Amino acid sequence: MSQDGVNKGRRTLLIGATAGVGAVGAVSLAVPFVGSWMPSEKAKAAGAPAKVDVSKVEAGAMLTAEWRGKPVYVARRTEESLATLSTLAGRLKDPENTKKEQQPEYADNEYRSRKPELIVLLGVCTHLGCAPKYFPEVQPEQFDANWQGGWFCPCHGSRFDLAGRVYTGSPASDNLVVPPYYFESDNVIVIGEDEVKA
Amino acid sequence: MNNLFASIMGWVDSRLPVTEAYEKHMSKYYAPKNFNFWYFFGVLSMVMLVNQILTGVWLTMQFTPSAEAAFASVEYIMRDVEWGWLIRYMHSTGATFFFIAVYLHMMRAILYGSYQKPRELIWIFGMLIYLALMAEAFMGYVLPWGQMSYWGAQVIISLFSVMPYGDVLTEWIRGDFLISGATLNRFFALHVVAVPLVILGLVVVHLLALHEVGSNNPDGVDIKKLKDENGKPLDGVPFHPYYTVHDLVGIVVFLMVFCTVLFFFPEGNGFMLEYANFEPANGLKTPAHIAPVWYFGAFYAILRAVPDKLFGVIAMGAAIAVLFVLPWLDRSPVRSWRYKGWASKLYIVIFGFNFVLLTWLGTQPATVTLTKVAQVASVIYFGFFAFLLIAPKIEKTKPVPERVTGGH
Repeated sequence: MSQDGVNKGRRTLLIGATAGVGAVGAVSLAVPFVGSWMPSEKAKAAGAPAKVDVSKVEAGAMLTAEWRGKPVYVARRTEESLATLSTLAGRLKDPENTKKEQQPEYADNEYRSRKPELIVLLGVCTHLGCAPKYFPEVQPEQFDANWQGGWFCPCHGSRFDLAGRVYTGSPASDNLVVPPYYFESDNVIVIGEDEVKA
Repeated sequence: MNNLFASIMGWVDSRLPVTEAYEKHMSKYYAPKNFNFWYFFGVLSMVMLVNQILTGVWLTMQFTPSAEAAFASVEYIMRDVEWGWLIRYMHSTGATFFFIAVYLHMMRAILYGSYQKPRELIWIFGMLIYLALMAEAFMGYVLPWGQMSYWGAQVIISLFSVMPYGDVLTEWIRGDFLISGATLNRFFALHVVAVPLVILGLVVVHLLALHEVGSNNPDGVDIKKLKDENGKPLDGVPFHPYYTVHDLVGIVVFLMVFCTVLFFFPEGNGFMLEYANFEPANGLKTPAHIAPVWYFGAFYAILRAVPDKLFGVIAMGAAIAVLFVLPWLDRSPVRSWRYKGWASKLYIVIFGFNFVLLTWLGTQPATVTLTKVAQVASVIYFGFFAFLLIAPKIEKTKPVPERVTGGH
């Protein structure tokens, strides 16, 4: 085809405009496709708080509750293990709870709990999401010759003390998360809310 | 009869270039005559790809992609469906043999510098296939919805949480606040439809790019330089019938090994189908020893070797990413290791065995000793690429012959 008499400026403009409108259309079309991958309304609705009776958790023992499909660990610590917590600071990545999003305000203390002996932790490793295993005994373990009791993640070997604080040398960088919870009575805790909803 | 055939082919050829394509890619594609053992693994990867597609389509006919029914439907395939156990074992064992073929195929490229100019694009397309294959294998392993499916998915998807907006990103990938049926369902769609289409497309461009520049060979000699009076490379033989028949032998031997594992060790002693995966998924309890299937072991070992979440994920990503730029890291004037210096030869061998070691480490529990070994092995892995940069400065290469050696 002859190029004579072609208005190149107009042709460039038309090509640009067509491509531009096409690109806007393609991006708009992508919105529903990308958006449909987000959690559905049904998934969002399934997040009710969980009630847990802690009276049967003896000193040194732990129970696993379920909240939003995730494991929540409720463990009762002994006097000795509470005393050990303050001696571990040098071996921990964040002994002072500097990352505020890892625990609610009322758990931002030495024991990371509302009541010193009872610790409530989200059983989701802050590394890559496995459920760490409970090793309460103070004894040499394969993964730590100087083990003081706590949680060990079988996936990548992250170690946490009995307050869920991460040891240095672990692949995880953050302490285990303390979920929101409150005591409904002395023996019943509600996981998922900070206080009684009016 | 011949006339009839010729006239039919003439009719077709004037509408679709069938003969032209056949000659370009088969009967007049000249491959170097000195291919050795290592050159089987390209075609063997193709054989396993066909195996995966065929058995995969059949599995789809019986599998139910939902959190409630997936585990039971796999049991149903294994126990109640006629020949279901065979088709499933062909698929699960096929994944292992696919990766064996692909890893050896990649090692071949490293030995003989097959990624060097002008074959950079072939290598990049190959790496993209490898990447797609890892995604495909990972999502496939989630489908039976066993304990290892669940926790493997949990770990791999959590890798994305180190990125900016990581929490939103992982929710977007899972389609939920935790691994759930929504995740399983979309992985099924991706595993069965989307990723296979991508892989097939990439295989086509991988081969088109190969046939554009021609195959490399164990000497790294360019066979297109010396041609006879008809313009055929002196050291080349037509791919068909020479290499088609030759490859047939390799395929038969490979399938014999494949069948031995398929019929006698379908679980691969826990390396191919892990024992924890015979237990239905339980979101509250991680198996005591969680490990990836063997073909992800090396990268998993690197991830675990770094005592920091962000840098661990970066190291793992870098271990794969660095392979993409391999053609530009290797500055050697020769392609094949046969003509490189002794230091290069030694490091290539160490690199190969070190990868096997990392693969093994990734499947083992993370003890203090093994973590230290993994750290050393990770340094050796990355050191190889640093070494490639400096090798031309510290060692002399041998002269490359005009013609290929060996082969008849």
